[in-house]
Amino acid sequence: MSKKIKTPRAKMPEQDPDARRRNFDEVPLGLTEEMAMVEASRCLQCKKPLCVDGCPVSVKIPEFIKLIAEKDFSGAAKKLWETNALPAVCGRVCPQEDQCEGVCILGKKGDPVAIGYLEKFAADWERENGSGEVPEVAEKTGKKVAIIGSGPSAITVAGDLLLKGHDVTIFEAFHKPGGVLVYGIPEFRLPKAIVASEIASLEKMGANIECNTVVGASVTIDELFEEGYDAAYIGVGAGLPRFMNIEGENFIGIYSANEYLTRTNLMKGYLFPEYDTPIARGKNVVVLGAGNVAMDSARTAMRLGAESVKVVYRRSREEMPARDEELHHAEEEKIEFVLLTNPTKFYGDENGRVTGMECLKMELGEPDDSGRRRPVPIEGSEFDFDCDLVVVSVGSNANPLLTSSTPGLELNRWGNITADPANGKTSKKGVWAGGDIVTGAATVILAMGAGRDAATSMHDYLTLGW
Amino acid sequence: MSKIVNREEMAQGTIILNEIEAPRISQKAKPGQFVILQADETGERIPLTMADTDPEKGTITIIYMVVGTSTTKFKELKVGDEFYALIGPLGSPTHIGNFGKVVCVGGGTGIAVLHPITKALKEAGNDVTTILGSRSYDLLIMEEMMKAASTRLHICTDDGSMGHHGFVTDVLKETLKKDDIDLVVAIGPIPMMKFCSLITKEMNVKTIVSLNPIMVDGTGMCGCCRVSIGEDTKFACVDGPEFDGHKVDFDELGKRLASYLEDEKQSLEACKISIA
Repeated sequence: MSKKIKTPRAKMPEQDPDARRRNFDEVPLGLTEEMAMVEASRCLQCKKPLCVDGCPVSVKIPEFIKLIAEKDFSGAAKKLWETNALPAVCGRVCPQEDQCEGVCILGKKGDPVAIGYLEKFAADWERENGSGEVPEVAEKTGKKVAIIGSGPSAITVAGDLLLKGHDVTIFEAFHKPGGVLVYGIPEFRLPKAIVASEIASLEKMGANIECNTVVGASVTIDELFEEGYDAAYIGVGAGLPRFMNIEGENFIGIYSANEYLTRTNLMKGYLFPEYDTPIARGKNVVVLGAGNVAMDSARTAMRLGAESVKVVYRRSREEMPARDEELHHAEEEKIEFVLLTNPTKFYGDENGRVTGMECLKMELGEPDDSGRRRPVPIEGSEFDFDCDLVVVSVGSNANPLLTSSTPGLELNRWGNITADPANGKTSKKGVWAGGDIVTGAATVILAMGAGRDAATSMHDYLTLGW
Repeated sequence: MSKIVNREEMAQGTIILNEIEAPRISQKAKPGQFVILQADETGERIPLTMADTDPEKGTITIIYMVVGTSTTKFKELKVGDEFYALIGPLGSPTHIGNFGKVVCVGGGTGIAVLHPITKALKEAGNDVTTILGSRSYDLLIMEEMMKAASTRLHICTDDGSMGHHGFVTDVLKETLKKDDIDLVVAIGPIPMMKFCSLITKEMNVKTIVSLNPIMVDGTGMCGCCRVSIGEDTKFACVDGPEFDGHKVDFDELGKRLASYLEDEKQSLEACKISIA
């Protein structure tokens, strides 16, 4: 066996759980230069790298890692930029264990290369030490593209089309660009300064960003075409929070995860009263759901001073959809998992504030459509517990605001846009779509992958025709 | 963009009118729709229903009572200053048609919201009786504009300083008794809308109210503005802001509006200190 395999996988230095669960600073502290070079030297530089196939945007993984091993950190960052407009984001929030690292050949007998850590390292190094130069864009084509939304898929499309010389305008409904990266993912997992820096690079490459513009309300897609746009990309996210539809759900102190996180992250409620938007600080917090957004909500509640935070989930630990790393971080931060439990109603006081909930115990039955064992209520197992804040994090539906104002756009029965999975083409000429508005809630990197495919197809259209 | 081109103080400085440059919104806006405004980078997003639009000038008009941190910050903005953020037009527009005889009831700054609706209803051929109420005559806003927008106008004041000495509900009741009314539109403080709706429900007259819950994004994304309408939960920002007054749970709405009372006090104090 070669010496390379014996070097253990780098361990990410992290803020101590007891300290970090009360602050909003980033949890991982980042690899040092030495650690990054040692980790990079573990890469076998496979001739046919499986990791690249495992990446939705085909990052040139062995190549950027080789540059880190050679101490050319700036070169590594630029290599990342060739295929990924958001490396500092992806290095932090991608589920690498299911993608690049999941297929890394080293993982067969030991631990895979820490590709995510290295990606974060290179992107951060360049942001902090680099010259700030952005990739060169091709000669202007004179074609104008409207991009609706400014989340990960929209940013990817913008970056790709700018490089190819098209004029790009991004329309964002909120007052700050970044979509879910800004309103949804908390500061301690993705510092907002990093998102702002990635967006600033896009602007340097020539992107126009029009915030405060709700396409579908302020202007329609057809009007954008009349204004002279040649193509449009819809990447507006899923957007409509689901609730439990049980008694008492409108009591004060019951939030959708969207509202809870938007108030905290985008509106900076955690800095109230320095910022004007308040956010309830619960003592006994319950989060309903067990995805990444639920973990973000639970960890946020802990940082806002909760005494206890419970994640209540109707299936068992095995079925929790959040990434292992997120579950692990949550547990380290003393968040409890109350499994095989489903709420049936909320209790409130005379002021309409939530005071508790009634739950049923569940057991696992036969597998359902998703292949996971279906939770079945145990009769007569009702029990109560107290809570003063509830965050409902059980997914989202498609927001009809844009789609209902866009004639000719075909939707599926859930209201998501029907788009060709290979290239994002919709039923409406000149319009592409990708990300959560097409697939329903998914991950940042899948949205970026959809953006990459759509951008390629849009470029063909702009240069060759529909 | 979002520059204030005209500013007036009304009701002894407690209510402010801002006419704001907003070309896209002014072209699109229909009666009953609202905008979201934010004073500065640290500000909160608050919804305000438009009082008027001028598509040719490319402006919209908002009228608000100075009550909390956001409106206190808005009040500081002078002609030529810009709002940090202005988004719209949001919400579903009022359904305008020729219904026959319509009564429009307005109270406080609800009168501003009522104005474009009244105007549109009259232009659509309705006979419009308007009833406006305020605590005292010097606090009443938009009397002339509302007079021009209506077939006839009644004024009610709590202290008797003008018109009927009492509440708008007294005049509403009389009007409904005297005449066959096809539609009532009531916009104002929650108790006013609640009691108007109770009266019209008894007399079986269809009633539209415009709700003003707390919002964040205003596009259906957060669910902060959920209201109980009969058996259903609706999002006021996209399903409203107008609803059937007979089905609205006004008590729940009132409680939810008080969600952040303590925080709001703390925030306003900090805001006043920083302005001083």
